[in-house]
This record gives sequence, structure tokens and C-alpha cells, in this order.
Amino acid sequence: MGLEIENVSKSYGSNLVLDAVDLDVQPGEFVALLGPSGSGKTTLLRIIAGLQFAEGGRLVMEGEDITGLEARLRRFGMVFQSYALFEHMSVADNTAFGLKMRPRGSRPSRSGIGERVKTLLDMAEIGHLAERYPSQLSGGQRQRVALARALAIEPRLLLLDEPFSALDTKIRKGLRSALRDLQRKVGISAILVTHDQEEAFEIADRIAVMSEGRIEQFGTAEELLRTPASPFVAEFLEGMANYENQGAGI
Amino acid sequence: MSTSISHASRQRSSARRVIPGFGLTLGVTLLFVCLIILLPLSALFFQLGQLGFADYWRIISSDRTLAAFRVTISAALMATVFNACFGLLLAWVIVRYKFPGKRLLDALIDLPFALPTAVAGIALVALYDRNGWMGMLLAEMNIKVAYTWWGIAIAMTFTSVPFGVRTVQPVMESLKLDIEEAAQTLGARDIQVFRHIIFPQLWPSFIMGASLAFARSLGEFGAVIFIAGNMPYKTEIASLLIMIRLDEYDFPAASAIAGTLLLLALVVLVLANIATGRAGRHLSREAKGWQLQPCILRCAP
Ligand SMILES: Nc1ncnc2c1ncn2[C@@H]1O[C@H](COP(=O)(O)OP(=O)(O)OP(=O)(O)O)[C@@H](O)[C@H]1O
Ligand SMILES: [Mg+2]
Repeated sequence: MGLEIENVSKSYGSNLVLDAVDLDVQPGEFVALLGPSGSGKTTLLRIIAGLQFAEGGRLVMEGEDITGLEARLRRFGMVFQSYALFEHMSVADNTAFGLKMRPRGSRPSRSGIGERVKTLLDMAEIGHLAERYPSQLSGGQRQRVALARALAIEPRLLLLDEPFSALDTKIRKGLRSALRDLQRKVGISAILVTHDQEEAFEIADRIAVMSEGRIEQFGTAEELLRTPASPFVAEFLEGMANYENQGAGI
Repeated sequence: MSTSISHASRQRSSARRVIPGFGLTLGVTLLFVCLIILLPLSALFFQLGQLGFADYWRIISSDRTLAAFRVTISAALMATVFNACFGLLLAWVIVRYKFPGKRLLDALIDLPFALPTAVAGIALVALYDRNGWMGMLLAEMNIKVAYTWWGIAIAMTFTSVPFGVRTVQPVMESLKLDIEEAAQTLGARDIQVFRHIIFPQLWPSFIMGASLAFARSLGEFGAVIFIAGNMPYKTEIASLLIMIRLDEYDFPAASAIAGTLLLLALVVLVLANIATGRAGRHLSREAKGWQLQPCILRCAP
């Protein structure tokens, strides 16, 4: 089941940005969209989130066709590169937002929300920052808030658009493993957009290599390195051969 | 607005100044503030000072003055509420949508400022008088606008339209879309996005625009007197009463009314400044004492 993306196309004017993209994400699986700048990764992710709509193709989530469904009804948690935190709300209120916006019938009680927020913030290791405002946090802390906020709605799928690219290498590594741990703990599937090969290799179960609106190859890190489907993939992952030889990650 | 001011003052005390010319520019600024703003005001307060409190009270609490204040304040409130809401709507339409004539609409908004207020007043009379287009239409429905309280409110509304729009518009332009998208992915409906995400960000400028519109409406003269009817106790505004007292060489009464009007406007502006300053506090990185944040900004369920 999970998410199936079938034949999705998108163009801006005459510029074809996504060319018949197929992709599937299994339940609990972590998929990375890897590709150079301008290859259409963000566009694909936003179409999955429902923030943009494709001109052709289908999106199916757990057997349900969601191609035309509004973003707010998809229950996909999204983490933005720019954090996109609500600056006028405390960390706790940011995290509680999704739950508070639910219609009365399905909204947890006030104390229920409070508990859930506390659990999430503790899981993201920022429990002590609950009362602060986003402007009083470091970049890494902000991204943890964004992650906790996205997870609060018990999403069916977690979408991340280069969440760590504004952070320095050390914090990045810490957050990367925190993200992977959180995702495993919660047990949801996730799609991570990145142009950092190492990040993709370290965190993802399967990697989709994109170039100019097409998915060149979709497979595990091992498959990509052993049997690259095209010269582009081989060239794009050149530096990563050593990475595997060292036996790191995966 | 005021955050940037408090930000600057904080820097002044801690960091070394980077931009040169501070002494000179501040000196010139203060000189002009004194000459142009403070000097006339102090003349007014000097006049007021000549007056004993008992006399002041007698003038202010006379039936005619009280009636004039009642008319002025109520009509100004009406104009303010209308312009705050309408200004928000207008700014929204201009910032968020593309449509033919958008530039023209944008330019039209400044017209009430560019137009001499007397011209505006005469135009409004021509429109709402018994023989005017609107006047005839409304007369059929048995509604009278010209020479009534409604006429005053409409004239005040007309002259303060730009405040409602121009204060909110730049803030609305600078709102980041990804924040709204984040709210959407979290399940918020459009109306919830507006109420919990967009409006709180606009709030300081909204309050500032409303209070400017109110202060302006309180003192509006030219546009109002033509359409007001100017009946004592009924449709006489405070600034007209000042004029009448001056004509009677009753300077103490004129300055008592003027001073009260001024005080009212100042109090409103200062309150608005405090309110916007509080609302913007969390945006400052240095904000200390975040534990004491007022909870009005919290997203209440
Ligand atoms: N609103 C838009 N209007 C026109 N073209 C656009 C628009 N948004 C994106 N594009 C184009 O679509 C292509 C794919 O953009 P996209 O943002 O998906 O790339 P990306 O893979 O996320 O790149 P990066 O790694 O730099 O973020 C680019 O060529 C870009 O110029
Ligand atoms: Mg991108």
C-alpha cells in the first residue's frame, strides 16, 4: 500500500518540470529524492503535499485516490527548508497548532493536546524550550520544532524539503539521526528531498535519483552503486563509491 | 514599527554605532520636531494654562461642547471601524490578487490625501444632497445622509481611507507564503489560516492604522462641515465649535476644546503604540522575559 505516484507530469509554460514520474513509498519506508538543483524535487514534493497540482498522473495513498485532494485533508506532515514556524506562537503552541485546528468532534481535549505536545517535544529533545518563541531558538532547534509540529497531526506521510540545508555540518548529522530515530519510532513513511548524496545514503531505505524532471533510477544505495541505470547516475554518485567501501551508514 | 525603534535604542546602548552622522541628524531632527510640532502645541497648552481648572471644566462640561464631542467621537469611531475592516479587505485584494485596473485602484487609495479636504466635502455634498445621485436614491428609501450624523461619518470615512489600507498593505506584502502553506498541511481551513496565522501578523499594523484613522477623523474639518449641517447639539463637530469660539474671540473656550481634542488623539496614539510594541516583542531575538508574554497572542482553541 503506502503512497503510489503514477505518471505525474507538471510544466510551467513550455518548461516541462516533471516528466511522467513514477514512484512508490512503502509503509514505514524512508525514501530520498536526490538530484541536482532544478531537477524538480521540490515541485514533486509539493505536488505530493497538495500545495501544487499536477497536470497529468495520479496520486494514490493507501488505496485512496488523492490526486485532487486539498493539502489540509491529506494529513501529510511537511517540514520546510525555511522552517516556516509561526513566529507569534510559542514552541508549544506551534506544535499544538495542527491538533487545535481540528473540528470539535475529532479534536483531543485540552489536556490531551498538552500531553501530546509534551511527548513530542521531549522526543525531539526540545522539551525545555516549550515556552520560547521561534525567534529565540537556534536554526537546529527551530527545525526540531518544525519536525515536532509536523508529527503532531499523526501524519500518514512525512515530507521534508531539504530540512537541514541551512545548518552546519555537525548539527546536520545530529538532526539526521534524530530524524531517522523519530521516523522509526513513530513508524511512518517519509520522503526527504536533498541534493546531498551523503545525507540520502545515510538516512534513506531507497533513493530516487532525479534529473531534469525524470527519475533516473529508484533503488537502495547498494543497487544504485552496483548497477547504475544510466551514465548520469553513475557520474552523480561517483564520490559515494568510497563512502560505501568504508562501510559507513546505510 | 515600534519594535524597530526599541531595537535601535537597545543597540545604541550596547553596540558601537556603525552608521555615521548620528549627532548631526538627530540634532536637526530634534530642531524641526521642536519648531514644527512642539512649538504650536506648547502655545496651545500655554493658553490652556491660563485657564483655571474650574473654568476649563465649565467649558468642557457645557451641554453644547459635550454634544459636539459626542457627535465627533461617535462618528469618528464609526469611520474608524469601517476603515479598519474595509482597509484590510482592500489591502488584501490589492496584495493577493491580480486583476485589470489593480494599479489604478492602488493609486486611487491615496486620493483622499491628495485632495484638498474642502473639495472632498463639496463633492460629498453634491453626491448626497437631495438633488445628488445618491441623495435621490436614498431619499426614495427615506434615508437622509446629508446634514445628518451619517453625513459626518461618511466624510470622516472618506478622508481616512488611506490609513486603513496603507498601514496594513506593506506588512501583508511581506508575509511569507510558506507559513500559510505549513498551516494548510497541518489541517487548517482557509478561515483558520486567516484568523490564527495571517491576522496575528497584521495585528500591530492594523491597530496602528485604526488609531491613525481615528485621530485624523477626530480633527477632520474641511470635508465634514459642508455635509454636516452644523446644527448645534445635533450635527456640530468639535473642530467647528473651536472655530465658532475663535470667531467670538473666546480664546480660552477654543483652546480648552482644542486641547481636549488633542489629548484624546494623543492618548489613542500612545495606547496604540504600546499595544503594537507588546505585540511585536516576541519577534525580537533579544526579547527578555518571554515568560511574561501576554497571552493574547497565544492561539486560543
Ligand atoms: N513558479 C515557477 N514558475 C516557473 N518555473 C518554476 C517555478 N517553480 C519552479 N520552476 C522551475 O521548475 C524547475 C524545477 O524546480 P524545483 O524547485 O522543483 O527544483 P529542485 O529540484 O527543488 O531544485 P533545488 O535543489 O535547487 O531546490 C526549475 O527549472 C525551476 O526553474
Ligand atoms: Mg528545491
